[in-house]
Amino acid sequence: MPVAAKPALKKPVDTMSSQGLASKKASKGGKGKTPRGKDMDDMSEMGEVGDEWMQQKTMVKPDDQLELTEQEMKEEFTRILTANNPHAPQNIVRFSFKEKVFKQVASVDQLAIHFTLDGNMLHKDSDEARRQMARGGLAEAPSEPAVAEGEEKAEPAAEGGEGEAKPEGEGGEAEKEEGATQTAPAAKDGSKKLTNQFNFSERASQTFNNPYRERGTQTEPPPRVNFSSTANQWEIYDAYAEDIQRQEKSKEKKGFRGQQESTSRKKISAIESQGDDISRIEKPAKILERMVNQNTYDDIAQDFKYWEDVSDEYREQEGTLLPLWKFSYEKSKRLAVTSICWDPKYRDLLAVGHGSYDFLKQTRGLICLYSLKNPSFPEFIYNTETGVMCLDIHPAYPHLVAVGFYDGSVGVFSLTEKLQEPMYKCTAKGGKHTDPVWEVKWQKDDLDNNMNFFSIGGDGRVVSWTLVKNELLCTDVILLKLDESPADGADGTQLFTLGCGTAFDFHKQTDYLFLVGTEEGKIHKCSKAYSSQFLDTFDAHHMAVHSVRWNTFHPKIFLSCSADWTVKIWEHTSNMPLFTFDLGSSVGDVAWAPYSSTVFAAVTSDGKVHVFDLNVNKYEALCEQVVVTKKKTKLTHIEFNPNYPMIIVGDDRGYVTSLKLSPNLRKIPKEKKGVEAAKGPEVEIAKMDKLLSLVREPPPEKK
Amino acid sequence: MTEAAGEPKKEEAQDFRRLHSYPLIRHSDMNEEMRTEAMELCVTACEKFSTNNETAARMVKESMDKKFGSSWHAVVGEGFGFEITHEVKNLLYMFFGGEKAIIVWKCS
Repeated sequence: MPVAAKPALKKPVDTMSSQGLASKKASKGGKGKTPRGKDMDDMSEMGEVGDEWMQQKTMVKPDDQLELTEQEMKEEFTRILTANNPHAPQNIVRFSFKEKVFKQVASVDQLAIHFTLDGNMLHKDSDEARRQMARGGLAEAPSEPAVAEGEEKAEPAAEGGEGEAKPEGEGGEAEKEEGATQTAPAAKDGSKKLTNQFNFSERASQTFNNPYRERGTQTEPPPRVNFSSTANQWEIYDAYAEDIQRQEKSKEKKGFRGQQESTSRKKISAIESQGDDISRIEKPAKILERMVNQNTYDDIAQDFKYWEDVSDEYREQEGTLLPLWKFSYEKSKRLAVTSICWDPKYRDLLAVGHGSYDFLKQTRGLICLYSLKNPSFPEFIYNTETGVMCLDIHPAYPHLVAVGFYDGSVGVFSLTEKLQEPMYKCTAKGGKHTDPVWEVKWQKDDLDNNMNFFSIGGDGRVVSWTLVKNELLCTDVILLKLDESPADGADGTQLFTLGCGTAFDFHKQTDYLFLVGTEEGKIHKCSKAYSSQFLDTFDAHHMAVHSVRWNTFHPKIFLSCSADWTVKIWEHTSNMPLFTFDLGSSVGDVAWAPYSSTVFAAVTSDGKVHVFDLNVNKYEALCEQVVVTKKKTKLTHIEFNPNYPMIIVGDDRGYVTSLKLSPNLRKIPKEKKGVEAAKGPEVEIAKMDKLLSLVREPPPEKK
Repeated sequence: MTEAAGEPKKEEAQDFRRLHSYPLIRHSDMNEEMRTEAMELCVTACEKFSTNNETAARMVKESMDKKFGSSWHAVVGEGFGFEITHEVKNLLYMFFGGEKAIIVWKCS
């Protein structure tokens, strides 16, 4: 209160007198110190009292008392107390929906409520009161004095209870209240002792309110565009004239052309409707992507084409592999590469199948087709539910890819269709394998000109699938029976235990001959003609055979590799291997070089690629090189490119690395001077034969 | 001679006025239905208030406001140049009656 605060600055005498007068002044709410005369009058009344007080007390000044001169102290400050509420806003603006503008509210409420108390007194004539009285069984006109006595007892208790509720400073009105409370309960009182609400205890509690939070957001404003033009008479005239001309022309043309117009219009509209702007830039975008890739990997592209390892001239018996592009796709990073295949027609396209070799952790699979021109992203991607274990591209129809899955089914994808699903898929009824399919291979079209392929699965069956219209028909070609004697079945039939086939390869020249490698380590020579018996069996390895491959040129030689760390070269007429190489770690895959009959490469699970040239060194690899960056990466597959001097290697982390072979690894043996180096299969075969003659035991003389 | 030349010219002029009286949309990026509706509205307004451009424009603006939301702007006249910013897909610029040019756009 400014009035009370003010005296502190002024003479201390005034403090005391004004405090005593405060209540009276407050009630007046009147003006302050200006009528000094009145003050003095009041002072004179209390003067004696004031003097006494003065004598007893010394002037007490607070430490931070403002030092003012006499003149300053005499200065009069005018304070006007109004009835306005200082906390009320001075200008409230409300939005008027009627006029759709913001309008200032004319008058602002100045009422400030300092305290409210909701009473619980009822008028004796009100409904509720009557109901209570009826409940209590009270008579309408009770005897007052008797009641009053009883009430007085209740009253102090009631007042004590209500003491907190009673406002302070209303002592003057307390008597009035008492009277009121007396009359009210007096009316309600009756024969019964009062069970009034004063005896009830109220309980209240407040649950925890969630705190509020403000959130605001701004939407994007609608897009705007500038537009400008001039509108004057000649513009209008010109526009109309043009329009009329156009109309006349169209009228002429309508009778003239008719059909031609409509078709050309259709074409135009089709082309227009074909593209959104996005799809029309698809082709240029692709070209651009390839250019960017070429620029990024420019040095790799140069190496691929031109770089030859110079040091090979000094090292006769060694070669190197130069790492080129590394193909990967982000979603394939946790999937192992389970198969790779070069496209026979498009020389830069390679297909990679992804899946998982882990029996326990089976995830989905992925087929990616990469182009050498764009190593950073696959050209085609297909997602499959089960892991892809093998794939093969048809030699004549390069858009068909046969795929074998981990769940035993096979499918054929068509790259021209934009489907994510295989075009053909075998069903459970349709004779799919009950174990993973380890290899698929396309065959020549059969007699009905239907395409077909073979698959070998872990359930021991070699199955031939034919694409007939929309289905895959299966035919069991051969069952891989184990040597044990057949057990007797329940109804007297004989049950055979089937081995598990893991690899096969068809002979390049004689179509019906093929080799099958099994998990038991045996290799069977089979013919498509005989479905129950093998032509021959080789006890090749101690562990599962991972791959068998016929030599590219020589018709009798084949290669096998196994988990028992060895690579063996065989002649299919003899039971003993011609060459055996121990590579120090499980061999994932082998491949013959397409340009030489004596060069082959093998990959092992310690991340190394071994390249052998039997013509140069019969016992050791020409090149043994680690090609993966992270340790503990197993290499799973290897393929030679049929056209370029490079190999691709897949590993179990999902990466496919391409490597260039150094010149030593692709040697064609030098002929004597003057004689032209003859090329061709005959030479290769002859080369091989020469080798073999050194190794082979002389055939026993037969009579 | 001059009179003879003058007369056919006058006739021509009148002819063209007659021929050019249909509503011709010069530029618009509205969608079909909005465009036809707006065009109809402008034609009605111009015919109704053929002498007073201001009232015609007012009628156009208020009807567009009611139908398509605030806030629209309309200019009706015979000779003016303009440079405006309009919300995409909310512009109509047309000629009518051989003399009048009407431009209607939305920009709040």
